[in-house]
Amino acid sequence: MDFKFTAEEEAFRQEVKDWLKANIPPRWFELTTGYWQETDESWKIARAFQKKLGVKGWLAPAYPREYGGADLGHIKRLILAEELTYHNAPVGVETEITVNWVGMALQHFGNEQQKKDYVSRVAKGDIVFCLGYSEPNAGSDLASLQTRATEKGDEYIINGQKIWCSYAHYADYCWLAAVTDPDVPKHRNMSMFVVDMKTPGITVRPLINILGCHSFNEVFFDDVRIPKENLVGEKNNGWFQLAVALDFERSGVQTAAGNQLLLDFLVGYAKSTKRNGRFLSEDPALRNELAEMAIEIEVARMLCYRIAWIYKTGGHSNYESSMAMLFGSELLRRMTDVGMRVLGKYGQLMNGSKWAIGQAEIARSYLASLSIGVGGGTNEIQKNIIAMRGLGLPRK
Amino acid sequence: MDLGLTEEQEMLKKSAQEFLAKECPKKLVRELDESDTGYSRDLWNKMAQLGWMGLSFPEKYGGNGGSFLDLTVLLDEMGYNIVPGPFFSTVVLAGYTLLEAGNEEQKKEYLGKICTGELIITVALTELDGTYDAASINTTAKAKGDGYVLNGTKLFVPDANVADYILVVARTKKSANPDDGITIFIVDAKSAGVKYTLLKTLARDKLCEVILENVRVPKAHIIGNLDKGWSVIQSLLKKAAVAKCAEMVGGAQASLDMAVNYAKERVQFNRPIGSFQAIQHYCANMVTDVDGSRFITYKAAWAVSEGLPADKEVSIAKAWTSEAFKRVAVLAHQIFGAIGFTMDHDMHLYFRRAKAGELAYGDADFHRDIVARQIGL
Amino acid sequence: MDFQLSETEKAFQQKAEQFVLSAMPPGYTDRCLYWPGAYGAILEFEERDPAIDRFRERMGEEGWLTMAWPKELGGGGHSFIEQAIFAERLSYHRAPGTDISTLIAAPTIMRFGSEEQKKEWIPRIIKGNLRFWLAYSEPNAGSDLAAIQTTAVEDGDDLIVNGQKIWSSGAHIADYAWMVARTDMKVPSHKGTTLFIVDNKTPGITIRPLINIVGFHSFNEVFFDNVRVPKKNIVGEKNLGFLYLMVALDYERLAIAIGGFRRQFDELVKYVKGTTRNGEPLSANPSVRRKLADLAIDIEVAYNFFFKTAWMMDNNQMPNIEASVLKLFATQLSRKLASVGTEILGIYGQLEHDSKYAPMRGQYSVGYLDSISAVIGAGTSEIQRNIIAQRGLGLPRK
Ligand SMILES: Cc1cc2nc3c(=O)[nH]c(=O)nc-3n(C[C@H](O)[C@H](O)[C@H](O)COP(=O)(O)OP(=O)(O)OC[C@H]3O[C@@H](n4cnc5c(N)ncnc54)[C@H](O)[C@@H]3O)c2cc1C
Ligand SMILES: Cc1cc2nc3c(=O)[nH]c(=O)nc-3n(C[C@H](O)[C@H](O)[C@H](O)COP(=O)(O)OP(=O)(O)OC[C@H]3O[C@@H](n4cnc5c(N)ncnc54)[C@H](O)[C@@H]3O)c2cc1C
Repeated sequence: MDFKFTAEEEAFRQEVKDWLKANIPPRWFELTTGYWQETDESWKIARAFQKKLGVKGWLAPAYPREYGGADLGHIKRLILAEELTYHNAPVGVETEITVNWVGMALQHFGNEQQKKDYVSRVAKGDIVFCLGYSEPNAGSDLASLQTRATEKGDEYIINGQKIWCSYAHYADYCWLAAVTDPDVPKHRNMSMFVVDMKTPGITVRPLINILGCHSFNEVFFDDVRIPKENLVGEKNNGWFQLAVALDFERSGVQTAAGNQLLLDFLVGYAKSTKRNGRFLSEDPALRNELAEMAIEIEVARMLCYRIAWIYKTGGHSNYESSMAMLFGSELLRRMTDVGMRVLGKYGQLMNGSKWAIGQAEIARSYLASLSIGVGGGTNEIQKNIIAMRGLGLPRK
Repeated sequence: MDLGLTEEQEMLKKSAQEFLAKECPKKLVRELDESDTGYSRDLWNKMAQLGWMGLSFPEKYGGNGGSFLDLTVLLDEMGYNIVPGPFFSTVVLAGYTLLEAGNEEQKKEYLGKICTGELIITVALTELDGTYDAASINTTAKAKGDGYVLNGTKLFVPDANVADYILVVARTKKSANPDDGITIFIVDAKSAGVKYTLLKTLARDKLCEVILENVRVPKAHIIGNLDKGWSVIQSLLKKAAVAKCAEMVGGAQASLDMAVNYAKERVQFNRPIGSFQAIQHYCANMVTDVDGSRFITYKAAWAVSEGLPADKEVSIAKAWTSEAFKRVAVLAHQIFGAIGFTMDHDMHLYFRRAKAGELAYGDADFHRDIVARQIGL
Repeated sequence: MDFQLSETEKAFQQKAEQFVLSAMPPGYTDRCLYWPGAYGAILEFEERDPAIDRFRERMGEEGWLTMAWPKELGGGGHSFIEQAIFAERLSYHRAPGTDISTLIAAPTIMRFGSEEQKKEWIPRIIKGNLRFWLAYSEPNAGSDLAAIQTTAVEDGDDLIVNGQKIWSSGAHIADYAWMVARTDMKVPSHKGTTLFIVDNKTPGITIRPLINIVGFHSFNEVFFDNVRVPKKNIVGEKNLGFLYLMVALDYERLAIAIGGFRRQFDELVKYVKGTTRNGEPLSANPSVRRKLADLAIDIEVAYNFFFKTAWMMDNNQMPNIEASVLKLFATQLSRKLASVGTEILGIYGQLEHDSKYAPMRGQYSVGYLDSISAVIGAGTSEIQRNIIAQRGLGLPRK
C-alpha cells in the first residue's frame, strides 16, 4: 500500500494549481457562482474558460488525444478534478453532463460519423449538451419514461415532455432518451438520440430552483423532426446504454474537494472571529464538530480515491461509486449544518446582504446540498444499489 | 498511490484467515472469555510458530522483518475472529516500546523472547483517572540504592494476569510540565509487591488492576531514558490506536458479514428480511462504515509504517473507527432481532468488543480534539 | 392546554411517591439493574421474589393496580393522567409496575371475555399475585406473528396444544401463559388463531432457559407436547385471537417505564458532579455537559409523548400510532442513554456490574447490553416505523 502521490503526480498537481490561478478570471469570483447559480454573465465566463481548458486537453482529460483529450491516467484525472473543484473553477454540472455522460457514451456507442461530429467538439469545449432523461412521471424510475420517438421515413418524430433539464436554455444539443417501441416491455423499448436544440418544435420553459436561480427547465417536444442518423447505437438498446453510462468512471472526488473548501473556509472564519470575547476556534463544541468534518472528509476522499484506483488496476467500480456519491452528498448536508452553527445567526444571510459572511457560501451550499443526483440517482437509490448489487441482498 | 495489499500481505491475510477459522473457533473464544487466563497456550504456541509475534520486528531480534502495515493486516484478521489473548499487549504495546526505547541488550533479551513466544509482556499505563494524559501518571518510582522503588495503582492494564513482565510507566520526578519526569521500567510480574486483580469488563478482555507496593526494580530495568519516557509512550499510543483500529475494522467486517448472511436467510412475511428496504439501507450504511474505516485505518498504518508524522491520520482513524464499529454492531444486532440477544449467539461478542475498542487508547472525543489541533484550530 | 400538574395532581403525586417509598422492599431500588425501556435485566423475570409478590399484593390491596379502571369493575376511577403519574413514580424508584396481568390480560378479558371469565380472573388479578407470561413469538414468527405454527385442536371440552414458543420472558416464574395458537389451519392465520390461558403446571409443558447477553435468565423456549387446556380458558371468541392480540399490543407499547429514564439520568448527573478526572471536575468538561443536556432534552420529549397518551385516554381517544411513537422514541432513547452514558463514564464505562470500580453499580454497562433488547422486544423499531408510516400517516403498503 502507498497512500501518497508520486513526485510526478505532485508536480502535475502543482502545474494545475498554477494554471488555474493564472487562468480563472477574477470577475468569476466576484459573481459568487456556485452549483445551480449561473447567470448569463457567469455562463459566458465559464464557457470561455472551458474552451481554454479544452485547449489544454483538461476539459476531457480521459479522452484519447485523437478526440482532443489528454489521455490522462486515472490518478491525474483525480488530481485535476480535485483541484478544479477546490479552486472553484468555472466548470460545473454542464461539463459533467457533456463530457462524462454524453461524450463518453458517444465514444462507446456512436458510429464513426457521430464520433467525428461530436466527441472532439465536446473535448474542446465547443458544444454543450443537456440531459433529457427525467420526466414528470419518470424520475428514479427512469424506465417509466413516456416521451415517444416515432420512425417516419428518414426521420424520427419526437413528442413528449422532459423535466429538470439543467442548462437546456444554454445547451446546443440534448442527449435524449425516448421510447421507440411502446409495444415491448420497459428496458427494451427505448433509444438514445442527439437532438439539436434549435430544431423547431422544442420549447424550453424555465424552472426556478431553490436558490432563486434559473438552472433547470421543462422541455417540451412537439412533433420535433430529427434525422434518423441522430439515433445513437442500436434502436431499442437505450436502457443498456444508460446503464453502462452510469458506470463510466466517476470518482466523485468533487464532493470531497468541495467539502474541503467549505471546511477550510469555516476553520479560517473560526480562527479569526471572536464572539463574547473568545475566538470561535476556542469553543470546544465547535472544535469537536469541525474536527469531525475533517475526519469525514478524509473518509469521503478515500472512498473516491478507491474508485480511481480500481480503474487504474483494471477493475470496474460498481457499488463503490454509489458509496462515494452517497457519502459525499450526505457529508455536504452535515457540513453545511455544522457551518450554519459556526456562523450562528449570520449563517442565514444570503449573498447580497452586507452582513453576509464571505459570499454566503455556507447559506448557498445549505440550499444547494439538497439537490439530488443528476441521473446518478438519489441517496435512497444509491443505498438500494449498495445493498443489492454490492451485498447481494435479495430484491424480493 | 496503491490501495492494494502486496502479494505477501495477501498471502498472510489468507493464511491467517484459514488458520484462525480452524484454530480459533467461537467455542474457544467463549471458553477463553470465561476463563481467568483469557488465552490458550496451545494457540499461542501455534501463532508463535507461524512467526506472528515477530512478524513486524527486525530479523536481528528474531523477527520476520515485516512492517507495521503487515501487522495491521494480521490484526484485521485477528479482529475478525476476535482472537483472545495477550497478543496485542505483548506485540503491540510491549514489543514496540522495547523496539523504540530499549537498549540492545534489552531488545535481544525481551524482544527476542517475544518473537519466539516465550514471553508475555504488557504495559501498565493508565491509572485511576483512566485517561491517556501524562498528568494522570501518579505511580511513583523513587531512587533507592542501586534501583528504584515503585508505588501506585495501575488500572485497565491488559493481561497483567498472565504477563511475565510488566512495563510500568511511573513518575520519577515531579515537575511543572507533566510530560517531564516519566520513566518506563520493566518489572518482573512475580516481584514482591506486585498484585493484580482481574476487572470484570464488558469484553471480558482481562483488564487488570495492578497494585505496586514497594516494588524494587534495578536501575538496569529502565527502558529508554530516565525521566524521558513520555515521548516513548506518545509514540506507542499512536501505534496502539491504529492497531486497535485494525482489530475493530476486522470486527466490524465480521459483524457486517454475519448480518448480511442472516438477512438473506431469515424469512418473515414470506420474504427474506434482507429484501425489506429498512434492512437493505441499514446494510448499505454498515458497509460504508466498514469500508470507510478500513481505508483510513490502513492509511494511518501506512503513515506509521513509513515513519511519517502520523498524528492526524491516527486520530482520524481512531475517532472514526471507534464510532463506526459501534454503529455497525448495533445495526447488526438490530437485524438479528431476538436471537442476537442470546448469550449463545456470536453477535454480542463483537458488540462487547466494540465498546472496549472505543475506549482503548483514546475515545472519539479524545482524538477529535487532536484532529482539531491538527487542522489548525 | 396546560402542561402543569394541577394542585390535586401534585398532591396525588406525593401520595404516590409516599406509597412507593413505604411499600417497596428495602434496598430494592439499589439492587435492581433494570434498564429503562429494555427487557433483559428485569429482576422479576429472573426469579420469583416473595418480597416483590408482597409489594404487588399491597398495590392490589390499596387499589393502585386498578386505579384507572371504572369503579363498577372494582377499579379506583382515577384518571389516566393520575395513573401515569403513579407509573412514573413507580418506575423512578425502579419498582415493579404494571405487568402482563394488569396491562394485557385484565383489559382484554374485561373487553372481550365472558362473564364467567371476568369472575374467574379479574378478582385474582386485582389482588396482584397472579403472574402471566406472553406466549406469542415462535422461532419462525417474530415480527410476522401471523406465521405462528403452534396448534390448538379441539377435543371434547379441551384444546390440545402442540408446538413451540420462544423468547418467553418470565415463563419460568409465571403462573399462566397468555397464549395464541392456530385453531384453524385452513384459513389465513388472522382468521384462525385463538387466544387462551394455559396453566403452567399442565402436563406436557417444558420450559428451557435461554440466557440473554446481559447474562440473565430472563427468557425461555417453551415446548407444548399434547397439552390439554380446558376450552373455558379461551378468551373471547374462538378464531378471533389475532384481533384481541393486536389491540393488546398497543397496551403493551404504552407501558414504558418512563421514570426509569429520569432516574438513570439523575444518577448519572450526580456521578458527573462528584467525579474529577485529571484534577478537573467532570461536570466542567464541555463535551460531557453537552451530552447531558442533549439527553435531558430527549427525556423531556419522551415524558411528553408518555403523558400525551394518558391525556388521550382521558379524552376517550385510543392511542394507536401514539403508542408506536412512544415505544419507538423511548426505546431508541434507551439505547442512546446507555450509549452516551457509557461514553461519559469513559474507560470506566466498560466495567460490569459486579466490578468494584464500576460507577453506579455498573448500571450503564448493563444498559449498553440490555438496550439492544429495547429496540427489538414488543415489536422492533422497524415494525413501529412501518406502523407509524402506514397506519399513522396513511402511506400505502404497495
Ligand atoms: C438540481 C437538479 C438538476 C437536475 N438535472 C437534471 C437534468 O439535467 N436532466 C435530467 O434528466 N434530470 C435532471 N434532474 C432530475 C434527477 O435525475 C431526478 O430528480 C432524480 O432522478 C429523482 O427523480 P425525482 O425527482 O422524480 O424523484 P422521485 O423518483 O419521484 O423520488 C422521490 C423520492 O422517492 C425516493 N424513491 C424513489 N424510488 C425509490 C426506491 N426504489 N427506493 C427508495 N426510495 C425511492 C427518492 O429517493 C426520493 O427521495 C435534476 C435534479 C435536480 C435536483
Ligand atoms: C428481551 C426480549 C424479550 C422478549 N419477550 C417476549 C415474550 O415474553 N413473549 C413473546 O412472545 N415474545 C417476546 N420477545 C420476542 C419479540 O416480540 C420478537 O423478538 C420481535 O417481535 C422480533 O421478532 P424476531 O426476533 O423474530 O425478529 P425478526 O422478526 O426475524 O426480525 C429481524 C429483523 O428484521 C426486521 N424486519 C422484520 N420484518 C420487517 C418488515 N416488515 N419491515 C422491515 N423490517 C422488518 C426486524 O425489524 C429486525 O430488524 C422478546 C424479545 C426480546 C428481545
